[in-house]
Amino acid sequence: MLSRVADSLYWMSRYLERAEQTARLLDVEMQLWLDQSPEAGLGRWKFVLEALRMPAAQGPVDPTRLINMLVFSRTNASSIVSCIATARENLRHVREQCSSEMWEQLNRLYLEVIETWPEEAWMLKSHAFFQTVQEGAHLFQGITDGTMSHGEGWQFIQLGRYVERTDALAALLDTHFKRVAHPVDQAVDSGEYLGWVGLLRASVAFEAYCKAYTAEIRPLRVAEFLLLNPDFPHSVRFSVDRVNAALHIIGELTERREKLPTRIAGRMRAQLSYSQIEEVMADGAHSYLENVRGECAQIHAAIHQIYFDYSIESELAS
Amino acid sequence: MTAAAVPSPYGSSRPFVKYQFDTAYDEMFGAPGVPREYYQALHRTLVGLPPEELRKSQQAADLTFLHEGITFTVYGSKEGTERIFPNDLIPRIIPAVEWAKIEKGLTQRVTALNLFLRDIYHEGRILSEGIVPRELIYSCKHFRREMRGLNVPRDIYVSICGTDLVRLPDGNFVVLEDNLRVPSGVSYMLANRKALKRVFPKMFRDYGVSPIDHYPQALLSTLRTLAPENCAYPQDPVTVLLTPGVSNSAYFEHTFLAQQMGIELVEGRDLLVHDNVVYMRTTAGPRRVDVIYRRVDDDFLDPLCFRRDSFLGVPGLFNAYRAGNVSLANAIGTGLADDKAVYAYVPEIIRFYLSEEPILPNVPTYMLTDAAQRQHVLGNLEEMVVKAVGESGGYGMLIGPQSTKLQREEFRARIIADPRNYIAQPTLALSCAPCLIDGEVESRHIDLRPYILMGEKVTLVPGGLTRVALRRGSLVVNSSQGGGSKDTWVLRAGNADERTAQIADDVWKGLAGGPLA
Repeated sequence: MLSRVADSLYWMSRYLERAEQTARLLDVEMQLWLDQSPEAGLGRWKFVLEALRMPAAQGPVDPTRLINMLVFSRTNASSIVSCIATARENLRHVREQCSSEMWEQLNRLYLEVIETWPEEAWMLKSHAFFQTVQEGAHLFQGITDGTMSHGEGWQFIQLGRYVERTDALAALLDTHFKRVAHPVDQAVDSGEYLGWVGLLRASVAFEAYCKAYTAEIRPLRVAEFLLLNPDFPHSVRFSVDRVNAALHIIGELTERREKLPTRIAGRMRAQLSYSQIEEVMADGAHSYLENVRGECAQIHAAIHQIYFDYSIESELAS
Repeated sequence: MTAAAVPSPYGSSRPFVKYQFDTAYDEMFGAPGVPREYYQALHRTLVGLPPEELRKSQQAADLTFLHEGITFTVYGSKEGTERIFPNDLIPRIIPAVEWAKIEKGLTQRVTALNLFLRDIYHEGRILSEGIVPRELIYSCKHFRREMRGLNVPRDIYVSICGTDLVRLPDGNFVVLEDNLRVPSGVSYMLANRKALKRVFPKMFRDYGVSPIDHYPQALLSTLRTLAPENCAYPQDPVTVLLTPGVSNSAYFEHTFLAQQMGIELVEGRDLLVHDNVVYMRTTAGPRRVDVIYRRVDDDFLDPLCFRRDSFLGVPGLFNAYRAGNVSLANAIGTGLADDKAVYAYVPEIIRFYLSEEPILPNVPTYMLTDAAQRQHVLGNLEEMVVKAVGESGGYGMLIGPQSTKLQREEFRARIIADPRNYIAQPTLALSCAPCLIDGEVESRHIDLRPYILMGEKVTLVPGGLTRVALRRGSLVVNSSQGGGSKDTWVLRAGNADERTAQIADDVWKGLAGGPLA
């Protein structure tokens, strides 16, 4: 497969995943906002920026402007609308490589979000907007799995989605556990309850968590669930498993089995499989999560170096 | 058109109420109200169909085009956007005997033009013998000095040619222009056929239409004959289609053809040159490329050799080409032979290389570098069509009878400033064919662009793209200027004309649901 095509599919998928993550986090935050005192609310937005991997705001925070920047701004490349537009643009360049159903769905989602939403009315409808984005992304994912050959191109789409998800999840968890260096293995009181549930909801994990551990919210269990659960699609371990699987198959298809990205992903996967939450937390979650994010960045760079951007001289020499 | 329009003899009989006749050749009617033999079955079908049926069929066909994304891009319009290429449902029919002549004439023409290109870029015999003036060639925008003395595989310069023909009032086809650079439109030819087969399956079969569906395969084998000598698998060279990218007006066609031929669709940035060998960058490492069907103009092919500001090309491509490690279709510098001033010499070119008389005549052409001819043209601008010599796609054109005084003055100034850059021709009455406009049949001007492939031998798929000037009275058929297209039915040889006359009744019965013998 042409490197350019693989590159476009990978980025398309990353951007769409990012839009979905941002929409979900903001959806949760907008609802938490309703339950909070104005002062606590302002502190919360700093947290949101950090969790979304964005630079901290300078000076006092104006929530309305901030939301606009995170949702609509075209100058912010990571706003929801920018992400969807970039995902669509990437797919448009390789339209003949995907099914027409995929193109139509992404195009439809794009047309829905670029519609002008008047500011006042938007605040009332924000939940519907975030739902549109999340559902649109889910629908696209289903259509992709159902209508495209699960060959090399599809694997690059998987790769993009799960690399993005791993990094976004790690950033979200890191932001949380920075404030709670030593999460306890007992139920939280009502003051902290909302925050922990918010974290779970931001990862669509509340219901799945309850099934695994009952509705009693214990911070250590939340950490374990989101970091190490092998079966839940929005856990770090699950995402890394998928990154590893996709890289493995791509390595087979391109006859580059022993290459760098596969090795890093294999190492990450082994580490997450055999980690215990008590050990992770004993050293502080921050260094562990920072390590996850660092390796994610290495995988990303290695994918570019091996599959997209390699130097022709070294390839021909080998 | 000068003669007064004759009102339709059908009175209120639908759907021909608005059909008009003028001095142009009418493809369907030999005389007002009397269809030519090979159009009778179609004519009966149209008269017999309930008007709603026609409208519905057109909608069904439009929907097919929409869903398949058969679009083109219009430059200059603000949204710079994709439009559906309008397709007209009523086929244009060409009897086998007429097609045989077209086929012979175009084969002759493209063979001679190819020899001409070989000669110009080597010995230049035609110049030293004074048949074609030297300064005409050297002043041509598309002449490529870099190609001098370079040998191309099998001496094939023109692998793909699209020549535009029009039919004059006397019924004869003449050549309006040749397109030897990157002729487009063939995907619409194939799409029109697909749509018509769906809408009129029965009539299609009964008419005995020559198939065209093998075009992509024929194109692929034409490209393969260009495999470089040092290619690893000469039977199966790695062939790619090079597109300028998603914003090009013919991008749909590029994706379509690549898909149909099963070859990779690449952009300039996918290719790179190392030690004069072209590679494409794949996830499995660099892969050598042998033949490039390029849909990028000469100017943009290699920034090291041609336009430096080009991002569409591949640095070093020309050197790889020179070294014989990669082949291009068409060769570089073929635009020389479709320069509209060189066009005027094509009959001489045919006589010179083939010692034959041209089978398909040219349109008389005034050379504006000649003072007397220029004076004549400037004195009669409102009757002339003036064209810039290096342009295509209907850009840079003046149509005298439909121009404003201001436009004529502008062209007068431009001609005087640079006479080599323009030619003039008398305004031609392009033939008319019935077209479906808002559920009624009206007459519109058309032309014909057959596609000629030159590999081991010259091949034409029977038919081509019939382009339609959709605006009433307009003579401009280019898609970029509001034209549309229709399917072209070349009837199979062997008494086809009589056969169609006989089946007319059967077709009608069949459509009405009656049994067929």
